[in-house]
Amino acid sequence: MSALTVLDVTKSYGTTPVLTGIDLHVPAGTTTALLGPSGCGKTTLLRIVAGFDDPDSGTVELGGRVVAGNGRGVPARRRGIGFVPQEGGLFPHLTVAANVMFGLPRRQRRDRARVAELLALVGLDADLAGRSPHQLSGGQQQRVALARALAPEPSLVLLDEPFSSLDASLREETRRAVTRALAVTEATAVLVTHDQAEALSTASQVAVLRGGRLVQLADPRTLYRRPRDLDVATFVGEAVVLPADVRDGRAHSEVGVLDLEPRTGDGPARVLLRPEQLRLTEPGPEVPVARVSAVDFFGHDARVSLELASGRVVAARLDGRQLPEAGDRVGIEVRGAALPFPLEEPAAEPPTGPAAGVFGLAGEPFGGPDGAPSDLDTTTWTPAAR
Amino acid sequence: MLLATAVAALALLPLGYIVRYSADLGWSGISELVFRDRVAELLWNTVRLLGGTVAVCAVLGVGAAWLVERSAVPGRRVWHVLLVAPLAVPAFVNSYAWISLLPGLDTYGGALLVVSLSYFPFVYLPAVAAFRGLDPALEETARGLGLSTWAVFRRVQLPQLRVAVLGGSLLIALHVLAEFGALAMLRYPTFTTAIYDQYRATFNGPGATALAGVLVLLCLGLLLAELRLRGRRQYARTGAGAARPVRPVRLGALTAPALLGLTGLVGLALAVPLGSLATWLVRGASTELDVPELLTTTGSTLGLAAAAAVITTAMALPTGWLAVRRRGPIATLLERSTYLGSAVPAIVIALALVTVSIRATPWLYQTVPVLLAAYAILFLPRAIVTVRAAVEQSPRLYDDVAASLGASAPDRLRRVTLPLLAPGIGAGAALVFLAVVTELTATLLLAPTGTTTLATAFWSSSSALEYGAAAPYAVVMVLLSAPATVLLSRDARRGMTT
Repeated sequence: MSALTVLDVTKSYGTTPVLTGIDLHVPAGTTTALLGPSGCGKTTLLRIVAGFDDPDSGTVELGGRVVAGNGRGVPARRRGIGFVPQEGGLFPHLTVAANVMFGLPRRQRRDRARVAELLALVGLDADLAGRSPHQLSGGQQQRVALARALAPEPSLVLLDEPFSSLDASLREETRRAVTRALAVTEATAVLVTHDQAEALSTASQVAVLRGGRLVQLADPRTLYRRPRDLDVATFVGEAVVLPADVRDGRAHSEVGVLDLEPRTGDGPARVLLRPEQLRLTEPGPEVPVARVSAVDFFGHDARVSLELASGRVVAARLDGRQLPEAGDRVGIEVRGAALPFPLEEPAAEPPTGPAAGVFGLAGEPFGGPDGAPSDLDTTTWTPAAR
Repeated sequence: MLLATAVAALALLPLGYIVRYSADLGWSGISELVFRDRVAELLWNTVRLLGGTVAVCAVLGVGAAWLVERSAVPGRRVWHVLLVAPLAVPAFVNSYAWISLLPGLDTYGGALLVVSLSYFPFVYLPAVAAFRGLDPALEETARGLGLSTWAVFRRVQLPQLRVAVLGGSLLIALHVLAEFGALAMLRYPTFTTAIYDQYRATFNGPGATALAGVLVLLCLGLLLAELRLRGRRQYARTGAGAARPVRPVRLGALTAPALLGLTGLVGLALAVPLGSLATWLVRGASTELDVPELLTTTGSTLGLAAAAAVITTAMALPTGWLAVRRRGPIATLLERSTYLGSAVPAIVIALALVTVSIRATPWLYQTVPVLLAAYAILFLPRAIVTVRAAVEQSPRLYDDVAASLGASAPDRLRRVTLPLLAPGIGAGAALVFLAVVTELTATLLLAPTGTTTLATAFWSSSSALEYGAAAPYAVVMVLLSAPATVLLSRDARRGMTT
């Protein structure tokens, strides 16, 4: 297994820039998720790494060897990269066994023990070896596709939205089987996804792509707790964004006086909280109060929409045992520190490219010329996958 | 790309010939030949047969398809096969079977009966395929909204069947325009039979070509009309997964009439011709059966058909490949031009090839290559449709995956692309093969002297009223066509596209 290094890769289709200067390092034996909305260029990047497309400029290095760029282009078949496409892409005319062994030299293809071993690796029964792909469920197809990709012991495995076509229940199970197989083989892997929960739970580091740029590369916890900007913050999870006034290192906001992490200078700012940081208490004179406008009950937890005194609506995520009713008046308590952001987005990074619109939803109210604070509640954008 | 262009050029050759020839004649020459009482009579004959056949076939085809796909009529699977089976009987054989039984059928009614019975499966098959593709949820929703079975049919199913029925009707209309054998035997004159008579009388007179021009205009008009009628609407099922099976509509007291109707239809379309053939076979077997002759004819027919199948499928490959892998206006244009070329009746294609080969390449006149070229022009779309479908089944993804697994280009072709395309190529070749076996018109005009096929041997015997001698050839043709028919009845979803 080798490390992957992508340096300053750019790619345009016609006059449309798809990737603009991507730098990415994936250490050997780890899994990196490329996370971004559709159209952000993540699949293009994957295809360039795989060798199905060539970059316009920049280089791709695999285990210290340049495989693309600098006038060199190692063809896909000589890169030793396993590829798991979106729908599995199993050859429909071959059995499961023949699919799994496809990439091995002719002499080894008959080795039944090896087929069973590879199927076991991805958590499948050896009995499936004789089946045709169309006799398998979607999750089984994905696992066979992974076994096929791992069979020639590739230096890198690429997974292109491998779980997006699966049902929610199957997705979780398949995801775990895939993570396990990648861990057992100590494979270096790159996973493309638009699902933040999948990215956070599967990968050891997550690269957020937006409009053909790499916005943030971090491990999942850092990404969730310390997103680089509010766009990333709202993309990787539901966010509560509030205007605040910072005095003596504490933020004075509608939901009370909050600790900040990291600390920031005095003045007006915006602060980010996660819905699970909000707790409900009895309303009292010292406590900020809100009215419950809706309760979405999920069983394991619940999402409570709270209308603050100013009319802004924020979300709280509570465990499902003691829930208020819609219309109740409740007090709000905040646990943990808030993350401060400056009032204006830094002008250095205007959202560009085809994906700008997706993030515009979250970004615009802040950067807007009127700066209307009453619009801030639109930032509670829930990723659809929740 | 180059190959596909060459194929398209060949397909358009007959059209080009008509245009060129008409230009040579000039407007006065054309008007003198076209605006005659005889032409008006032919036009009337052709149009009323066309309209009648399309209407009858649409009613029969859709009705039968509804009974088989949506009602609880007993024996639906058997009926399905029986309703497709008439395709195994070439129209001219059907016509022979009827006229040899009832010599009084040489009227408009007789022609309408025989042609409709031969062609209604062209509507039935796409209608069945469309019914199967319809989401039953829509029908259930409609029923939940309180619609009766008839209202569901009229307001939900029929609108969704439109594309399928239009496609089938177009196919039938083109067949009626091109039909020669069946109508000549019924002595019902249309443009096609008149062109043949002209050709026989004056060999290659301007009269035949002018008539051919009118015929081609009719065909193009049909194609345009269908394009406009079809519109841009598409009916798609939203949501993933397979459609749930439908719960058929109980017929109750109507079961007996439905069964009677189906029996009548199948009886007329299948039992009468087969019975008639059997009668003549038995009657002729004792006196007129010439086994060695039959064997040689079968042999030469199979040889021609095999050669045509190989050549036509090979020609279809580049076009079908381009149409899927290099989507774009040029690929579409190339693909469509082959369809256009084969919408031209066989008689016109044959006429064009006779003239072109006499003028440009006299050494090719009346040789097998010219005949094979005619077959290729006629039947290219059948091969292209299946090859295209096969290419669509093997997206580039498989190529990419195989490459990432270390397979080289020739390796990928051998291990991935060809195995995936093989069924489609095979089916295309089989369809062409079977079409050639029963091809009459072009073969009559283009076959080298001394070469007889089953169709032409049958034709010369039956037009000499030697019905007994003709029967064995007809039986062999029906037997050879049967496998394709079974194939079609199984794979109704793909439908019949010419």
